[in-house]
Amino acid sequence: MSEQGNGLLGREAVKRLLEGALRRSPAEQTEVVLTYNRSALTRFADSYIHQNVAEETPSLTVRAVFGKRVGTASTAILDDEGVARVLEQAATIARLAPENEDFPGLPDPAGEPAQAPYSAATVAASPEARAGAAGLICTLAREAGLRASGSVTTTGQEIAVANSRGVFAYTALSSAAIVAVATGEDGSGYAQEQALDLAALDVEAAARRAVNVGRRAQRPAALPPGEYTVILQPEAVADIAMFLSLLGFGGQAVYEGRSFVAGKRGERVLGENVTIWDDGSDPAGQPLPFDFEGLPRQRLSLIERGVAGDIALDSLYAHKLGLPNNGHALPGAAASVGPIPINVFIAPGQATVEEMIRSTDRGLLVTHFHYTRVVHPLHVIITGMTRDGTFQIEHGEVTGPVKNLRYTQSYLEALRRVEAIGAATRLAGEGIAVRVPALKIGGFAFTGVTE
Amino acid sequence: MKELIERALNTAAARGSGYADARVVDAAAESLTVKNGQVAAVSHNESRGIGVRALVNGAWGFAGTADLSPTAIDRAAAQAVDIARASASVPGRRADLGPAVAHQGRYRTPIEVDPFAVPLEEKIALLLEADREMRGVEGVKTAKGEMVWQREQKYFGNSEGAYVEQELYETGCDIEATAVGEGEVQNRSYPNSFRHQAGCGYELVQRYDMVGNARRVGEEAVALLTARQCPQDIVTTLILDSSQLALQIHESCGHPIELDRVYGTELDFAGGSFLSLDRLNTLRYGSDLVSIYADATIPGALGSFGYDDEGVPAQRAPIVKDGLLVGYLTSREFAQRLGVPNMGAARASGWNRIPLIRMTNISIEPGNWTLADLIADTDDGIYMETNRSWSIDDQRLNFQFGTQVAYEIKGGKRGDLLKNATYTGITPQFWNSMDAICNRDHYTVWGLPNCGKGVPMQVAHTGHGAAPARFRNVRVGVVK
Repeated sequence: MSEQGNGLLGREAVKRLLEGALRRSPAEQTEVVLTYNRSALTRFADSYIHQNVAEETPSLTVRAVFGKRVGTASTAILDDEGVARVLEQAATIARLAPENEDFPGLPDPAGEPAQAPYSAATVAASPEARAGAAGLICTLAREAGLRASGSVTTTGQEIAVANSRGVFAYTALSSAAIVAVATGEDGSGYAQEQALDLAALDVEAAARRAVNVGRRAQRPAALPPGEYTVILQPEAVADIAMFLSLLGFGGQAVYEGRSFVAGKRGERVLGENVTIWDDGSDPAGQPLPFDFEGLPRQRLSLIERGVAGDIALDSLYAHKLGLPNNGHALPGAAASVGPIPINVFIAPGQATVEEMIRSTDRGLLVTHFHYTRVVHPLHVIITGMTRDGTFQIEHGEVTGPVKNLRYTQSYLEALRRVEAIGAATRLAGEGIAVRVPALKIGGFAFTGVTE
Repeated sequence: MKELIERALNTAAARGSGYADARVVDAAAESLTVKNGQVAAVSHNESRGIGVRALVNGAWGFAGTADLSPTAIDRAAAQAVDIARASASVPGRRADLGPAVAHQGRYRTPIEVDPFAVPLEEKIALLLEADREMRGVEGVKTAKGEMVWQREQKYFGNSEGAYVEQELYETGCDIEATAVGEGEVQNRSYPNSFRHQAGCGYELVQRYDMVGNARRVGEEAVALLTARQCPQDIVTTLILDSSQLALQIHESCGHPIELDRVYGTELDFAGGSFLSLDRLNTLRYGSDLVSIYADATIPGALGSFGYDDEGVPAQRAPIVKDGLLVGYLTSREFAQRLGVPNMGAARASGWNRIPLIRMTNISIEPGNWTLADLIADTDDGIYMETNRSWSIDDQRLNFQFGTQVAYEIKGGKRGDLLKNATYTGITPQFWNSMDAICNRDHYTVWGLPNCGKGVPMQVAHTGHGAAPARFRNVRVGVVK
């Protein structure tokens, strides 16, 4: 397939490709999903570029249906032969598969969804531009006596869905991200920023944030494990939002009784000061206005002032739960976890991080979390480590860095003890995009400390 | 494919690369998931493309494309060189690959039964039967079974004259039962959690009797709902089964011995390593019973291959010898930087990714005990089996693992079933507390298909041979 000159295939060419595939499909019903990623990344460590890569990766996924028999196949080969083969493979699998009694049929169209905002300049960013950003971060770290590591990423993507019942959705997406880590002898600082547009990233500000944290993180003291009041920077709060989405707000987890909101719609499950929603159209996030069945993503009120509300649904789990589909199907292999919110927002409050610190007699300021994993899914008990700058707070002041601590904490319990919420928010997360504020939380359970 | 690779190398050379390599990967993977009596998903995936890596003035560039037309290959090769030139614009360290690699050869995973040749109906019937058995147990809310099988044809050439072809197979399977009670959810799986996968054919599925184990799996999931909570925050003797020990090796040994990580290339993502260069040949990593090898030549193991993704032949290399740290996992660039022989662990997850230092098969040498004797020799402790959660700090020191099941050990006998078991520790202290490991009869080379590293993320498939082992004075139980 030829490009339209700006690095994209474009809506019309994609529509021709998908409609052509639907016409050629031998199945009774067919769905085709195209994703085309164009990603470039410059990665640096020890203040030099050690990795600099670019890729163009297409994927065409076909869902073929005969009655209630369903087969799926995908390919990275988009020429006539590749498309013909993937159609035949999906149909062959569907013919062999036993009937799936739960399958509700492919969804009907609900109007062509809107496209997401898109920055052509971001997708066209040159390796020199990325190297320039990397070089700036390296220079600022070096000037502070620290070593820089991190990455600068620019990504373009086209996503399109069509089915034989008339669904068609297309959008181009762009994103840019920087990660900056400034490392000294025995401590480090971290900052990340992401946006739809490379021009919206303030590389220097992020680098200075990482350097400032890194400079203050040297010579950490060992603090004993125990319960501490914590002030979590937005990157740490992002982890909480992602696990709530993955473990609680999805239709599959609710259907299987594994979710903390199963059977609790209208009940208070978190603190009254916590409000969480999902919005696939908000440009303050990483918008994707439709799901991978081609239906418009509806805004979900997941938690309203602590009370459980909507859950994410696709056609399968809407059918199983007897609820209206709200357009949150995931693609391909990810679909095995069922529909989940992937554009999550936690409502900001009024406080600044400085005010939170001033109001804390004894506590910890946490930059972000590392290697967080589920200990108990129903109670959303998560274990993980603090990383890249953990600081002790005493009598309203940050008094010094401490060694990284391990926590084992129910995120639900934590969100029932939120004492202050930041006014500013940052966009973070990968796979699940979250825009969240800093939070001050009482009684956060630290269960170990590293050396 | 050789012509395509030569074209890429010639284009890169004409554009000014000092070194270049090109890798064509043609992969097919199929998967099958059965859930609660229904075939939830059957899929076939194909991916084919080329990745070109170029070095200009000691700086790297890489470009990958799924388009294998001559024009696209020229464009990718030129782009790799252009990107390398941009890398060189930022001052700093330059790569030196050391001795040239010019191997020629072929390798094919030894398989007994081609997994693509086994009829889909047969696979579905097997998983549905296991599913029925699990759901026959009252209290099982969700039963799930899955199989995956894949074939990857790789063609690698470099500007130093290497050219190798490989055909690599993998097969994986597992079943899992989930029981839901009042305020409690418990899982049990077989033969391992997160799928057991190996570098072999369908014989893997035939070797593990998923149907025969399905009822037990269901019964154990239900029993866990009302089992005693694992004791809280005690220090005791711990015996790990071979699958949990395999993950312990993976996280606390396999990752920190990655030499690129030791040099700091993962500080922005996966983290650093406590195994700094001054600890090589000086650190007592574990007790005298701890000997660990990296071995990419084990037949049937998930981390085996003929050549790594720099064209270097598969090797067996010592990592920990009688408790002493003696080696790292290396690539050409980082072996040369340290001044040690390259043991060949550069691996890429696909044509669109660069090779990083990845684990091959990182395995502990078995000992002399039987498991029955080991339990009989333990007066007071806890036995834990099958991973449920895992986390370790960014230097790979402080870890915490949870397992699906645990059993109390009292007076040399296995006692009550325990739920929500966890243990935690500091890596070298933990390995130095190992005072017994079981013999080869209890030894399994487990396959882990979900090892993440790198930006953009690369998921590697690694193997870990392990037998049940005993550790003293371990902190257990931190979940309220």
